[in-house]
Amino acid sequence: MTRVLDLGVVGGGIHGATIALFAARGGMDVALFDRGPLCREASGVNAGTLTMQMTRVALIPYALRAHAMWASARQWLGHDVGVLVCDGLSLAFTEREAELLTFRAGKRREAGAPIEVVTGARARTIEPGLSDKVLVAGHCAVDGFANAYLTGLAYRRALLAAGVQVEEMTPVLGVEPEDGRFAVRTPGSTVRVRRLVLAGGVWIEPMLTWLGVRLPIKTLVNQLAVTERLAPAMRTVIGVASGLLSLKQYPHGTVVIGGGWQAIGDRERGGVELVPERLVGNARLAGYAIPALRAARLVRAWAGLEAETRDALPAVGPVPGHPNAYVCGSVHSGYTSGPYIAHLLAQRILGREPEMPLFPIERLLTAPNATAA
Amino acid sequence: MNRTVDLVVIGAGPAGSNAALIAARAGLSVVLMDEQPSAGGQVWRAPWPGLNGRFSSTEARQGDALRARLAGSAVDIRLGRRVWSITNGFRIDAVGPDGNECFLAPRLIAATGAYERVVPFPGWTLPGVIGLAAATVLLKSHAVLPGRRTIVAGCGPLLPAVAAGIEKLGGEVAAVVDLSAPWEWLKAAPDLATRPELLSRGIGWGLKLLTKRIPVHFRHAVKCAEGVERVERVTLAPVDAAGAPVAAGQVVIEADALCVGHGLVPGAEVTKLLRARHIYDRLRGGWIPEVDGFGRTSVPGLFAVGDGAGIRGAAPAEIAGEIAGLTAAHEGGSIGHQEFADGAGQLCKRLRSLDRFSDAAASLMALRPAQVASIPPNAVVCRCEDVTRAEINEAYDAGARDANQLKHFTRCGMGPCQGRMCGDIAAELLAQRVGSRPTVGHWTGRPPLRPVALDELIGAFSYDDIPIPEPAPL
Repeated sequence: MTRVLDLGVVGGGIHGATIALFAARGGMDVALFDRGPLCREASGVNAGTLTMQMTRVALIPYALRAHAMWASARQWLGHDVGVLVCDGLSLAFTEREAELLTFRAGKRREAGAPIEVVTGARARTIEPGLSDKVLVAGHCAVDGFANAYLTGLAYRRALLAAGVQVEEMTPVLGVEPEDGRFAVRTPGSTVRVRRLVLAGGVWIEPMLTWLGVRLPIKTLVNQLAVTERLAPAMRTVIGVASGLLSLKQYPHGTVVIGGGWQAIGDRERGGVELVPERLVGNARLAGYAIPALRAARLVRAWAGLEAETRDALPAVGPVPGHPNAYVCGSVHSGYTSGPYIAHLLAQRILGREPEMPLFPIERLLTAPNATAA
Repeated sequence: MNRTVDLVVIGAGPAGSNAALIAARAGLSVVLMDEQPSAGGQVWRAPWPGLNGRFSSTEARQGDALRARLAGSAVDIRLGRRVWSITNGFRIDAVGPDGNECFLAPRLIAATGAYERVVPFPGWTLPGVIGLAAATVLLKSHAVLPGRRTIVAGCGPLLPAVAAGIEKLGGEVAAVVDLSAPWEWLKAAPDLATRPELLSRGIGWGLKLLTKRIPVHFRHAVKCAEGVERVERVTLAPVDAAGAPVAAGQVVIEADALCVGHGLVPGAEVTKLLRARHIYDRLRGGWIPEVDGFGRTSVPGLFAVGDGAGIRGAAPAEIAGEIAGLTAAHEGGSIGHQEFADGAGQLCKRLRSLDRFSDAAASLMALRPAQVASIPPNAVVCRCEDVTRAEINEAYDAGARDANQLKHFTRCGMGPCQGRMCGDIAAELLAQRVGSRPTVGHWTGRPPLRPVALDELIGAFSYDDIPIPEPAPL
């Protein structure tokens, strides 16, 4: 008789890998599938920012707990992902931005993020590299960053140590429900599992069609760039009121410039090409915030996909009509909150009550035969 | 500023210049760009102005002739431009003396040449150790010697060329160290003789070394270079046909400079950036764009010619450039079918007549897998990020199976050379564990095509000019 696994996870990003890890540690037999290597899409190419000041208000309570998880990654993941906890500043250069910043900081503070609005002068004592053009800034001591490209390396080791069957370079062709189980079809074999998690980031939409469920996911194509190594130019994570800049210097000296300026691409083709004037716009914002960066050379730029639901809130919970099937993803600024939110779903799958509410997907579904809006 | 033209050619070496010239003559509006201050590419680099023709050479004369033809043409020549972004359609962004310039063109010819390959050994990052091709730049363009007493090592035609060039400028060559055996040169001789003018130059270099009694160590490789502040001595060891060291005597030679190179790698960044199809071809230097007989890649409108499309040398590059330029002119409607068929037909025939020489020269320079396999664990492979061979082995053990994953695990290739120096070797090392170069693949093409200072990119601006998109949702 074919062996039936307790859990199959499709998608080896931060969400899928975290669920697989905690489920395996909870005693389940787990297989994790990815069409490529682990954490090489959004989870490996994002800017690594672990900030509250770009997090959606509704996710702040989750992000705070996730931040604590990242900060202690060595303990629970067993491996370093280059996490560095530091101050974060969100900047306003104009009166209009100051208004936006003050309003947004207030809302996030209400949700629990320890953000304080400070003057430009005070911001410059926190970040000596800052431009003198700053009017006010949101200051948050709970900030920092990870080295996103190390995510796959760290998770891979942890997953193997936990006994997860890691199936990299293994595209799942389809999933068929059969007698309360699921047959996960790959080019080499069919694996039967009692429980199923679809954690495919922007690919959650096509994955859910395997179960006849339609959940539209918008694909954002975020541009990022990195400089060569430079002498220390900054010590904080820098953002702006609108959220369209993220800036931090890694211990090895490179500065990553992000903020979600959009490239050309889609779910099918990935990030096809960067838009040069947006790269220039993003770089201008960076140079305006930290003038020392103007002398730095840009060595590489790339684009990463980010999933967004209709209400820009996560899709995390059971798949309606399919007991024991779950979906996990589309978490705004998902790298920050990902490990904690995925951990919550793992609690649920292990039969425990999650510490915090999940994000059921019924609100996001469209009728199976309806055409996309 | 955006300007629309019929054709943009990137790279003003033998391939690109000839492509631009023939296309412009056929009536296309052509922009030719190069990062150097004068046209000619690496092979026909212009001597530094202050030298006033004191160190004339065949290559300098050939370069001067090309520069004269360009000057008398309708080609819009933009030198000192660093192309940093190309997007489909095509939009080409370059920084130069006037800041960022942007050109739009339906056709683009990438003639970006090659860079050199050095198979690492302990000490190759010491001051005083430079590449063979770098040495040709010093000698040809600046009339500067690499050192007082120089060892010239590696493989292929650059080896005698650099040694003879040093002698010509009055320098001392301590030894020539050749991976090849004498019979490999002899075996290549009939093919090399298909271009007698080049073979006789080669023989001339050989005779020069002979009369100066310069020791030539055939079938030897540099084992390590040592020194405190810079290279002081170099240890050689005998190797077999595949480049692997054999157990026998070592030779230690004192020198203050080492010029070493193991062939050339096609500079295919443009075609990789634009996601054209590529194939791995060891003879042609590595990953090359798949092109048809007219230089057309799998991306409509994008051509690749010259060494950037596979190592063949200057003469084939000139002809391949002309074929692509003519094809672009035909596609652009400025020459009729018959004229195109006649012209291209003749050029293709001439190009084929150069194959034997190119193949023979390329095979002397092709990567020898056993040489890579014998890189010691402590040798630095990625010199920008200080990644050693041992760290690449560890990355494989930790699960890295393709070039991009290796980059993530180790930072190999993430530095300011953008992976040019280490890419071929790192991929070869991983391939020797994984099983094949195609499986390992190559680093994804990314902008900027060259490192570019933020200042050059962003220029002078006011805050209000930054087109900041709508704020993200709260």
